[in-house]
Amino acid sequence: MNSSHIISADNDGKSIRKFLLRELKPKGKWLTPFNIISIPIIILGIALIIIRFWKGIGAITNLSQEIPWGLWIGFDVVTGVAFAGGAYVITFMVYILNMKKYHSIVRVTVLNGFLAYLFYAGALLLDLGRPWNVINPIIGNNFGVSSVLFLVAWHFLLYMIAQLIEFSPAIAEWLGARRAHKILSGMTLAAVIFGITLSMLHQSGLGALYLMAKEKIHPLWYSEFIPILFFVSSIFAGLSMVIFEGSISHRVFSDQISNKNHKAQHGIIQGLAKICAGTMFVYFFLQLLVFIHGKHWALINTPMGYWYLLEIIGFVLIPMVLFFYSYRTNNAFIIRLASILTMLGVILNRLNVTIIGFRWDMAVRYVPSWMEIVVTLTVLFTEIWIFRWVINRLPVLRESPKWANEEKALQKPAFGDKHQRA
Amino acid sequence: MDLHRRDFFKVLGATGITLAVGKELEAAPKVKNDLEFHGILYDSARCKGCRGCEYDCADANGLPEPPPNKDIKGLRKPDDKHRTVVNEYKTSKGIVYAKMQCMHCNEPACGAACLTQAMTKTKKGPVIWRGDKCMGCRYCMVSCPFDIPKFEYHSPNPKIEKCTMCFETRVQKGELPACVENCPNEALLFGTRRELIQEARRRIFEKPDLYYDQIYGEHEAGGTCWLYLSPVPFKEIGLNTSIQTASYPALTKGFLYSVPSVFVLVPALLLGIQQATKKDNLKNESEDE
Repeated sequence: MNSSHIISADNDGKSIRKFLLRELKPKGKWLTPFNIISIPIIILGIALIIIRFWKGIGAITNLSQEIPWGLWIGFDVVTGVAFAGGAYVITFMVYILNMKKYHSIVRVTVLNGFLAYLFYAGALLLDLGRPWNVINPIIGNNFGVSSVLFLVAWHFLLYMIAQLIEFSPAIAEWLGARRAHKILSGMTLAAVIFGITLSMLHQSGLGALYLMAKEKIHPLWYSEFIPILFFVSSIFAGLSMVIFEGSISHRVFSDQISNKNHKAQHGIIQGLAKICAGTMFVYFFLQLLVFIHGKHWALINTPMGYWYLLEIIGFVLIPMVLFFYSYRTNNAFIIRLASILTMLGVILNRLNVTIIGFRWDMAVRYVPSWMEIVVTLTVLFTEIWIFRWVINRLPVLRESPKWANEEKALQKPAFGDKHQRA
Repeated sequence: MDLHRRDFFKVLGATGITLAVGKELEAAPKVKNDLEFHGILYDSARCKGCRGCEYDCADANGLPEPPPNKDIKGLRKPDDKHRTVVNEYKTSKGIVYAKMQCMHCNEPACGAACLTQAMTKTKKGPVIWRGDKCMGCRYCMVSCPFDIPKFEYHSPNPKIEKCTMCFETRVQKGELPACVENCPNEALLFGTRRELIQEARRRIFEKPDLYYDQIYGEHEAGGTCWLYLSPVPFKEIGLNTSIQTASYPALTKGFLYSVPSVFVLVPALLLGIQQATKKDNLKNESEDE
């Protein structure tokens, strides 16, 4: 029996090619507000990307010899990866701590994380001057093992593979590949453990990238603890993103979500808010310690000092208090508000380290060109397009097909699923 | 007992000699450090600001000719077309000239930053860039405390430009770097770093009134292969004096050293937690039934 026959047999006897062709077609209305805004921007962005590869990076960016990393690294990669941190936190809770309550949001969070990494690695390619050599650190045309960037690059690649494995049962369910589903589901725990370890290291590694730029970053944002601060903040950055994205998905894709999961959503958001409040308290305390150890009291009474206070008080302390408050009052609106403030705070923090506080003493400051912003939006919108395409087809938000659940129950007769069968 | 006293002493003696000699032999290559970096001593008290080195550098490396004196306004920095520049500074001791280029650190931040070792420290001392490895990420530029590597932003096939001490074209063949060979005022001196420091100390000792009593580059950034002498404090001739004396790669060492332990400990811990919480689940199950 050849392999294509196996797949078609698995897919209830239907031809796999016809199935894929049918699935590739768009579903639903074309002229939605999101499409009307995003399509022109994506077309413009693609044109700009062509100019970038034709004339060089300087043709569309405001980067300079003193400021070699701008919006594409500081926002797309460093900030974007922090927001993708939700995937490792949620998989930790569900697969390692066995918190079954959060199981319904695992797939959508992992999908979000995977696409985020895929597109931010893509954004990184745009920023590379000699992208044809990107394969060098992978194939071993000299391993720069003393480089933090070497670690981050490898971790991006390995983590994407781990996330793909974590998500792959959903693809198998979509294709109706029962045998593959069984094998891939068995690999989930290993991928999760590997993925969490990788995430811990590269979330902090993104901060460690800036350790050698000691005199270039404003002292209020530079400390040897950047890696730890980046790691801790990635926990609540990721979870705030999960809360925010969840509240949008539950509106936009409400037809996909079962009644049971709709009702569970409030409890999930409340639980996540609790974790956010706790980790933000730890983060705030760490920031305080770093500040006191740095002895930067004199710097507070400067424009950069006020900016620092705005970040720490306005976008860490206040959302933290709101998260604590929402947990007492059981108010979903306050949780959403707090998650948006937290996300703004994380954006502010990452940009302060990578762009605003980087060479703050220069006479000519770096401000991204409109073209850099359009390319960033292009990356973001394309990601949302792919996300929507996947949500509409694969069992991500909606329930898995019956056979997949039955298989699970058969595999692990001793565990929780037995309740459902009984 | 077969072992006699005499034999015992023989064995003891032999062991002692072996241990003593063996130790010495093993330690020998460590004492004789085969890494003897070469560098250049730049004496700004001798430099007359003729900018001949700029022209020689451009000529030797196939770069566009530097601008004539009349077109120069204010201070310049090396850029993607000029690997070295000579600036004129009005100091407390009158006009002093200072040449700027890559410092060729003993432990270069750019080299530690490079994930493909395109930026690499040669055993002879110069830090060079290799185009077949570089992917243009510009992390070397972020890391370099002297802001030296420059990137061709307006090229679809951009290169990183910086002084290579003419390593591949001249130094490797036993010739002097272009700037050193042609300096008419003997402001530049090529040699091993050890010799250059001795020579610099000798000059300071012989003319204490002329020189500021310090060698820039002896300790900066963990030591550099370019060394500077100046009649005035280095800040006055535009050198970065906020550079730390420890090497820059040392700043990321702590993080990188933690990686293997995290990779061993965290998965084990996670698996342990997973097993522990699973067992709990089982127990509840049996209670339910």
